Amino acid sequence: MCSMGELSNYIRDLAEGGLLAWPLQIAASERFGVSVADVERVALEQGILPARYQRNRNTVSVSQQLILHRSTVAVIGCGGLGGNVIEALARLGIGSLLVIDQDVFEEHNLNRQILSSPATLGRPKVEEAVRHVGRINPAVNVIPYHLAFSSSNGPGLLASCDLAIDALDDISTRLALAESCAEVGIPLIHGAIAGWYGQVTTILPGDDPLNTVFNVHGGGKGLELQLGNPSFTPVVVAGLQVAEACKLLLNVGAPLHGRALLVDLLGMDFDAIAWGER
Amino acid sequence: MKITIKLVGAFRVGRFKEEVREYPPSTCVREVVEDLRISNFLLGSVLINDVHAGGDSMLHDGDRLCLLPFMDGG
Repeated sequence: MCSMGELSNYIRDLAEGGLLAWPLQIAASERFGVSVADVERVALEQGILPARYQRNRNTVSVSQQLILHRSTVAVIGCGGLGGNVIEALARLGIGSLLVIDQDVFEEHNLNRQILSSPATLGRPKVEEAVRHVGRINPAVNVIPYHLAFSSSNGPGLLASCDLAIDALDDISTRLALAESCAEVGIPLIHGAIAGWYGQVTTILPGDDPLNTVFNVHGGGKGLELQLGNPSFTPVVVAGLQVAEACKLLLNVGAPLHGRALLVDLLGMDFDAIAWGER
Repeated sequence: MKITIKLVGAFRVGRFKEEVREYPPSTCVREVVEDLRISNFLLGSVLINDVHAGGDSMLHDGDRLCLLPFMDGG
């Protein structure tokens, strides 16, 4: 048992140049019997940055890093987009990740899904998300849900989240996600890919999601069935989604609200178009 | 009437990125989509002058029509 005051003093004594090195974070965790996430929080609360984030520093300040640490982000879908989104959120330092996916890895995932490998075939994607994040940033708490997201379980799953990231691959679940986000009043960062192409937009509480994405589509499968997805398209679109998540959590920059970023990697053309409701 | 048509992503392949085309008065979005031989199943969103519209929306001279494919992958 320890008092947080003793832990604070210990961290302050060990920090050099405002940074707490990882071995010292581990040592503090073991000495005081707390998690490395607790050590991270106590360090950030007194303006000390865990050294793993030092290259964030001129983009994300120490006080902003604490906001990210206190944030919970839901990632719905742990495939091509979701794997890259989870990796980037974990390295960014988001405190808690809710990861939701009902699937297991299959061989056709191996060309692009970074959580997959031959050794993980047949394993639930959310379990690999937990293992992967545990390897790259043990201070991030990952909460896995190996289930199908729906409009009935969605609001309950998202109730504790600050925002949600759409990494799904079908329209009906996307619309259930958008409705659930509207119900609990959190932003949704939509991303979708097919072949060389992708799109990203942000839906805020109060928007009409049916009138924002896929407004003329009647259902069924879209372009992915024809074009598939190569390794690079999910990396690009997932990166854009995480940049958008970071901005929304920190309340900085210009979000993709009321507009969509259209990505054409064949023409190397990025186009942010106005995207108004009727 | 003159309509500026902007195509997005895969719709550009074998067609164009942006073009001004002539259509008779009272042309609706669906007729332009058919004229361009775009499958309705692959149409995700339609914008007229940067505002979401539907397949039955009527076009007017000088309108800017943007057709986005239905991208569903993740």
